[in-house]
Amino acid sequence: MRTLFFLLQKEFRQIFRDRIILAMILILPTMQLILLPLAANYEVRHIGVSIVDHDRSVASQQLLRKITATDYFNLVRYTNSYPDAFTLIESNQTDVILEIPEGFERGLVRENEQTLFISTNAINGVKANIGAAYLNRIIMDFNADLRTELLSDAKGHVQPLIDVRTIDKFNPHLLYHVFMVPGILALLLTMISVYLSALNIVKEKELGTIEQINVTPITRLQFISGKLIPFWLLGFVTLTIGLLVARFVYGIVPEGNIALIYLFSGVYLTAVLGLGLLISTVAETQQQAMFVAFFFMMIFIMMGGLFTSIESMPQWAQWLTYLNPVRYIIEVMRLVILKGAGFSEIRFHFLVITGMAIILNSWAVLKYRKMA
Amino acid sequence: MNTVPIISVRNLTKAFGSFTAVDAISFDVAPGEIFGFLGANGAGKTTAMKMLCGLLSPTSGEARVAGFDLATQTEDVKRRIGYMSQKFSLYEDLTVEENIRFYGGIYGLTLAEIRRKTAELAADLGLVEEMQKLVRSLPLGWKQKIAFSVALLHDPAIVFLDEPTGGVDPVTRRQFWDLIYAAAHRGVTLFVTTHYMDEAEYCHRVSIMVDGAIKALDTPHALRKRFGASSMDDVFTLLARGAQRSAD
Amino acid sequence: MKQLYTFVRKEFLHVLRDKKTLLILFGLPVVQILIFGFALTNEVKHASVFIRDEAHDDASRALMERIDASQVFDVVQSGPANLDLIIPSGFAHDLSHGGRATVQIITDASDPNRATTLSTYLTAIIADHQLALSELQGIPYLIRTTTRFTYNPQLKGAPNFVPGVMALVLMLVCVMMTSISIVREKELGTMEILLVSPFRPLMVIVAKVIPYLLLSVVNIISILLLSVFVLGLPINGSIPLLFSMSILFIITSLALGVLVSTIAATQQVAMLVSMMGMLLPTLLFSGFMFPIENMPLPLQLISNAIPAKWYYNIVKAVMIKGLGMDAIMKEAIILFGMALLLTAISVKRFKVRLA
Repeated sequence: MRTLFFLLQKEFRQIFRDRIILAMILILPTMQLILLPLAANYEVRHIGVSIVDHDRSVASQQLLRKITATDYFNLVRYTNSYPDAFTLIESNQTDVILEIPEGFERGLVRENEQTLFISTNAINGVKANIGAAYLNRIIMDFNADLRTELLSDAKGHVQPLIDVRTIDKFNPHLLYHVFMVPGILALLLTMISVYLSALNIVKEKELGTIEQINVTPITRLQFISGKLIPFWLLGFVTLTIGLLVARFVYGIVPEGNIALIYLFSGVYLTAVLGLGLLISTVAETQQQAMFVAFFFMMIFIMMGGLFTSIESMPQWAQWLTYLNPVRYIIEVMRLVILKGAGFSEIRFHFLVITGMAIILNSWAVLKYRKMA
Repeated sequence: MNTVPIISVRNLTKAFGSFTAVDAISFDVAPGEIFGFLGANGAGKTTAMKMLCGLLSPTSGEARVAGFDLATQTEDVKRRIGYMSQKFSLYEDLTVEENIRFYGGIYGLTLAEIRRKTAELAADLGLVEEMQKLVRSLPLGWKQKIAFSVALLHDPAIVFLDEPTGGVDPVTRRQFWDLIYAAAHRGVTLFVTTHYMDEAEYCHRVSIMVDGAIKALDTPHALRKRFGASSMDDVFTLLARGAQRSAD
Repeated sequence: MKQLYTFVRKEFLHVLRDKKTLLILFGLPVVQILIFGFALTNEVKHASVFIRDEAHDDASRALMERIDASQVFDVVQSGPANLDLIIPSGFAHDLSHGGRATVQIITDASDPNRATTLSTYLTAIIADHQLALSELQGIPYLIRTTTRFTYNPQLKGAPNFVPGVMALVLMLVCVMMTSISIVREKELGTMEILLVSPFRPLMVIVAKVIPYLLLSVVNIISILLLSVFVLGLPINGSIPLLFSMSILFIITSLALGVLVSTIAATQQVAMLVSMMGMLLPTLLFSGFMFPIENMPLPLQLISNAIPAKWYYNIVKAVMIKGLGMDAIMKEAIILFGMALLLTAISVKRFKVRLA
């Protein structure tokens, strides 16, 4: 125990003297949490639309106005040449083209139906799909208005209209950052912890100071604990800063118990630090440690359910995510902060992460050899 | 040897695949001796020393160090020895005092003892003003002396020094050997590797390693006589003429 | 020239000897493509819908059937679902008599993206149903639409992310590896030896950078091969054009790597700056993960300063859209300008700081 005390004293001294590490724990998370949610927004808005109007009638003008009235669409070009509009798709200036055929208004009255042509840049398939859906909705509304106008004295022709009202639970204003911030916080916590712990032991290896340690009677458990504990404590600092930013910059107040968040984070930090330490014991250079850590992090982040939802993944991928610690903390963060979940809802998460913590740290202790 | 040897090595071998770095060496070191472990770069000195410190596992052979069996009681051995590596390995981003505090604590010294030792070290090395400075800011000669003193903090029975005077000026080298003598005087056994042949003269006994094996072991005086050489340098040249390996 | 060759050879040996890092450098793009290609998608499939049918009439049943028949939604009988749909009583009656009926969707908006996507899809299905009903009843003045999805008729994810992965991987390898490699020499002290030698500083840079240039080219090739043969995404445009633009981007990234190495004192800092200062902005502002037009204006401007954004657009244009040089002229010139500028700055700084 005494040994551990001295170890921790040394580690903390080194950490506080290293401005880079301090910046990472304090400044970086703050900056990232403020910047990322602003940029990370999947909403489909301000879609550039070009309207090719061969008709130039009152009706087409009305449709034009209706489309541009919303902030779903920005009018990029109003033209009567389709090739003209298409070059805009080619040059990324517009994403959607609506083509109104010649004789649209007249044809609608005379023949009772008309077809409009939508062409979208579908490289981003989801965006295109949603954009098309919005446009269709607007056209349909326009159709209803037009019909009402044309049939202003009719009684028999009652068009069936299904009105859809939407209630959004947990996030009534559909604020995207409410969703992203807890997840990004979880991500930052993970990245910082893995990065710092992965580099730590390797650095001693590269510098040669680890030899001096290996020649002392320090046990492996003491050594690894000495590396684990400081970053574990600092993880809480980062967490607190993150929660403060969430509160004061984004107005996110946890629905659930904050203590639960801290409790889970404690176990989680142990697990990811364990991963970093494990990497650190097998890597030979800092560069290697960094790359291996990055590799894992990248996969964890991609499959963590933050940027794309786990439910959309194919079954085999969903099963794989059970091995991904990031998945659990993102879920817990969201469940507790946004939905006010209690311990019983995250029992499973606790169990898994505790298991990971034990396995990874034990592995790190066993892998570390004082005698080569 | 009249007394029980403090280091006793029998057929200690280290092979890395097909390359035998240390080839079945055997020797004894008496308590209080300054034992010089000489050889060219690549002869296997550092490898042998690392085995004796418990840093490297032997491929075969036995050793007893400071009263414990090296293979089965490694951690006990570590409690009784001190080590100064070839590459400077104290913490550059800590002060002198902080390094002492850390290592003193690790070895089980009480805070009072640590304080006392720190003051002693500062006085002995004449570094009273430097104690609060980061080690990184000190010149190499001072660093080496501090490393040596740290190795002695816990009053070990043996101190292993790997090329302790590498890269320092002759005056500092001289001062360093003064420190070594002072320690020997107190009863510490010193196991020193070096490729400076003149330093061999300072040792009680010397062994010369060539290509992983001990080619000669005796007092400097006896070796010079045996080989009809006027200096240890010449002794070494004679022995090393047939050497195959030249770099560590 | 011979000197340069010796130097480059030494650098290559360094890189090739570090097997673990090499494995990751080659494995990274492969893994990313595989994950993006097979595991990730923003598409919605098999979302669960719980329908509380209070009407129990023909109209509500017809609607439910249509929803169930769609690929996007699976109707569930109970329990937590992704979406809830409430069809109030008197649904059929309202439709036929007043012409207007209301249904209610309840979403779990803790994931607003998914919530909006799901409710948009469900609303679209309901709208289709409405249209079908209209046609059935012979409603006049009907406007139909046909939609053409250009460049990606099957709405696959690959056309969007393959160019993104290319930009990301190249940026990562070039900036991180180059900066770390140079800073490592600084830290170990061997840089001084190099600079004291008859090598000109420019030669030092070139030698350091060449292995990663070649590595990056290998990476591009492997990404393209995977994309064509595993993901079924063909290269529609000119391959030489694609390669030459890629090399331009590589040079830009390498210059960035050298620049970072002049700022960072230790490897740790180099890694940090590469990650946070280069990788993260690339991820965010290139337009590959998040649409740029949604961002606040200042961020949109920042996005213009990111070389990866221009390269990403170039790759999309050439590889997916099959366009030629004239279409990407603007982007190419900007990228070229960036390459030139960054190379000049980084070489100058290298000479000043390190030489």
